Amino acid sequence: MKHILKLNVNGEDHEVLTDIHKTLLEVLREDLGLTGTKKGCDLGTCGACTVLIEGKPYLSCLTLAVAVQEKRILTIEGLAKDGDLHPLQKAFAEKGAIQCGFCTPGMILIAKAFLDEHPSPSEGEVKKAVAGNLCRCTGYAKIVEAILSVTEKI
Amino acid sequence: MSLFNVIGKREPMLDALEKATGRAKFTDDLTFPGMLFGKILRSPHPHAKILHVDLSKALKVKGVHGAICGRDIPKKKYGIVPMAKDEYALAIDKVRYIGDEVAAVVATSIEVAEEAISKIHVDYEVLPAVFDPLEAMKPGAPVIHDEVPNNVSAKIRKEFGDVEKAFFESDEIFEDDFETQPVNHAPLEPHAAIGLADHSGKVILYSSTQIPFFLRRNLATALDIPESRVRIIKPKVGGGFGQKIDLYAKDFCAAFFALKTKKPVKFVYEREEIFTSTRQRHPFKIHLKTGMKRDGTIHVQQFKAIADGGAYNSTAPLMITLACYFIMLPYRIENLLFEGCHVYTNKPVGGAMRGHGIPQVRFAVEAQLDLIAEKMGIDPFELRLKNAFHAGEPHPAKLLVQSCGFSDTLIKAAEAIGWKEKRGKLPFGRGIGLAGASFPSGVSNMSHISSGAVVKIERDASITLLTGAADIGQGAETVISQIVAEEMGVPLEDIRITAADTEITPLDPGTFGSGVTLRAGNAAKMAAQSAKEKLLEAVAEKLEVEIHQLEVKDRRIYVKDQPEKGMSFSEAIKVYQYSDRPMPIIGRGSYMPPAKEPTTLLKEDGNFSPAYSFMTQAAEVEVDTTTGKVKVLKMVAAHDCGRAINPMLVEGQLDGSVVGGMGQALYEDVLIEKGQVINPSFLDYGLPTAMEIPSITSIEVETDDPEGPFGAKESGEGTQLAPAPAIINAIYDAIGVRFKSLPVTPEKVLEALQEKKGKTY
Repeated sequence: MKHILKLNVNGEDHEVLTDIHKTLLEVLREDLGLTGTKKGCDLGTCGACTVLIEGKPYLSCLTLAVAVQEKRILTIEGLAKDGDLHPLQKAFAEKGAIQCGFCTPGMILIAKAFLDEHPSPSEGEVKKAVAGNLCRCTGYAKIVEAILSVTEKI
Repeated sequence: MSLFNVIGKREPMLDALEKATGRAKFTDDLTFPGMLFGKILRSPHPHAKILHVDLSKALKVKGVHGAICGRDIPKKKYGIVPMAKDEYALAIDKVRYIGDEVAAVVATSIEVAEEAISKIHVDYEVLPAVFDPLEAMKPGAPVIHDEVPNNVSAKIRKEFGDVEKAFFESDEIFEDDFETQPVNHAPLEPHAAIGLADHSGKVILYSSTQIPFFLRRNLATALDIPESRVRIIKPKVGGGFGQKIDLYAKDFCAAFFALKTKKPVKFVYEREEIFTSTRQRHPFKIHLKTGMKRDGTIHVQQFKAIADGGAYNSTAPLMITLACYFIMLPYRIENLLFEGCHVYTNKPVGGAMRGHGIPQVRFAVEAQLDLIAEKMGIDPFELRLKNAFHAGEPHPAKLLVQSCGFSDTLIKAAEAIGWKEKRGKLPFGRGIGLAGASFPSGVSNMSHISSGAVVKIERDASITLLTGAADIGQGAETVISQIVAEEMGVPLEDIRITAADTEITPLDPGTFGSGVTLRAGNAAKMAAQSAKEKLLEAVAEKLEVEIHQLEVKDRRIYVKDQPEKGMSFSEAIKVYQYSDRPMPIIGRGSYMPPAKEPTTLLKEDGNFSPAYSFMTQAAEVEVDTTTGKVKVLKMVAAHDCGRAINPMLVEGQLDGSVVGGMGQALYEDVLIEKGQVINPSFLDYGLPTAMEIPSITSIEVETDDPEGPFGAKESGEGTQLAPAPAIINAIYDAIGVRFKSLPVTPEKVLEALQEKKGKTY
């Protein structure tokens, strides 16, 4: 049975006719075509599907879309404002924090949520903040470096 | 001042911003109108005959467009190594491990496909299974493949020098047993494939593959159609580490159903399937006997290795040959006897994984070297330095090592970790250790090692590059573009690259054996040279000079001795065009590395790889003697990759390898009970997180290899060989316990400390 869900994604209101049992991850990827949010495990264990809801990080694979209606949802596609990249996006690219890029959207969003609350973190705090987001390529070193490099800029 | 303009620059990956903004498309991100979704039914038994598969109920589910099992597919075996083909896309006669593919369904949604799968009824006759390779080798053990009655599917025995004599001549002999665990590659992107077919019977497959051209060949074989009817396109790939070199049921089924239904068909594996039914690092049982001269010379080594291959071959012969040859480097070993075999068991399948057979033997050799050093009263660093191989030395196995920075990596790594000040001098619980290694820059797989490239100079003076190389996140497209930009004398931004589409781009073996930069880089460099020469010919004629007098730099072509005499790239193109020369300006490169096929080397001596990288890793660890937890505080990775085309990307390879190697030393283990993987999720597996990472110092030792493009060698795989033994050796320095099996879990540490305490009292 399909229902109309009212979702606010990246500042735009959407009415989506879809199955009520769908996760936010499925609705974003399948109904809205926002494939920047990745499905790495579908069990809430890898962090690749991280999105921000009212500025807080959520695992979209464990979040029902129906439960976050009328809330502000931010995905990686909505992070750049009017074509201007977020400093984290630039830093990740320039510092070599992106290899295969599959964990990148979730990693950047978790970092954004963290830095919004902790503008001058220590290296240890950054590592702890991204500990739920797995990366197999980079060994995290350049990811941590990239996040720390923007702490003054935001 | 650098000799180069683009080589050696820390350029961000060309697609980094696409990935940072979520625009980069991986296979599962693609969608096509009318697309069907597939699901695979897997075996619940480790070993069983398939008596009958009843698909009728599945076919009746509303929304199902097809269901197949082994009897419906061509009886064509495939395998990544042509001489070791032993797999069908869907099991035909019997299943050989829990997770083996039995049937597949496509439907209008994944939910419908899942429902249909649950309605397939399979009659099995359960057979006795065998899970331990030693048991599998015994007479009377269950036979997993009829063609291999003793379950030993690949076997090599290779002797260099005179081993018997050498042991007789040795002053001291050491014998030890080592064991390694199965490790999952765990790329973050789940394996996926989408098939599209037209009415002429041609199929396009988008696949998360590391080797598009091998996949084309294997898929054509499995579908029993000509290669020309298969086109493989590689979208962005979210990591592979070797796991994405094999053809999987998802590739076959997406293509098969696309041909059958004429609809787009998508298959995506779940994380659990990646743990149970793709590939894993081969667990090894190793017996190592080493004969030493009193002065610390490694005189002879005898190596017996049994690789637990699981249910199928995958890369078996190649893997076991690699293990053999890379005992012969980075140290000078005049006498070696290697006996290795790959044994079938009813377990998940072993395959190529970063380092491919070598991390296991390196662990044994490097751990034993420390043991030897201690017993003989020699410093482990000095022992390694004394036995280090050098460039140009005759090699006992006839390997042609033209550049070798191993000694430098040793010295620099030891310096950076503080060897002199710290080794043996830190308080109980803290320690340092190091380990060395070497890796080929490219390995032939039944002579499929040639790489091609096309470079076009366009009318607007931009450069188009076509390469078959498969970027899976390591940055191959960026590095190859840098090589072309340097050769053409233009900035990186002038290069447009199209890669890894078997219909458009020239042949390339793909990403395996750490050969991409050398192979595809050389091919691209040759293509760029050829295109450039055509342009220079026209310019030389116009300027009335000889071609060799010309130089190209910063988009300008000029006479070397008179830099003011010249013209811009754009003007040169006009000169070319107006002198009635044929357009477009195209250069081609085909590169065949001077190296032999590894399995040929088992019969005759010769060179293994066009170039060899060398590295030393050093670790500092802290062991919590209350909890048994090992914390890696610092890792130093000193690596001779010839010349780093892009140092930032090389560092990325080093960082990733160090952390992966640490995982394999301390945490990661695919736990299997009676053939069943019991920890098939990230929650239970033990992938390192940001919390565990040490501080990492990467040191690049440049050697400028004569065969590599601009002197470059590999940096992707060799870097993962030495972290685990370096950590194990550091643990010994910290607590005086020598671990001979991986991973070193807190339980093992506590048990060993307890035992040690018992002995002391």
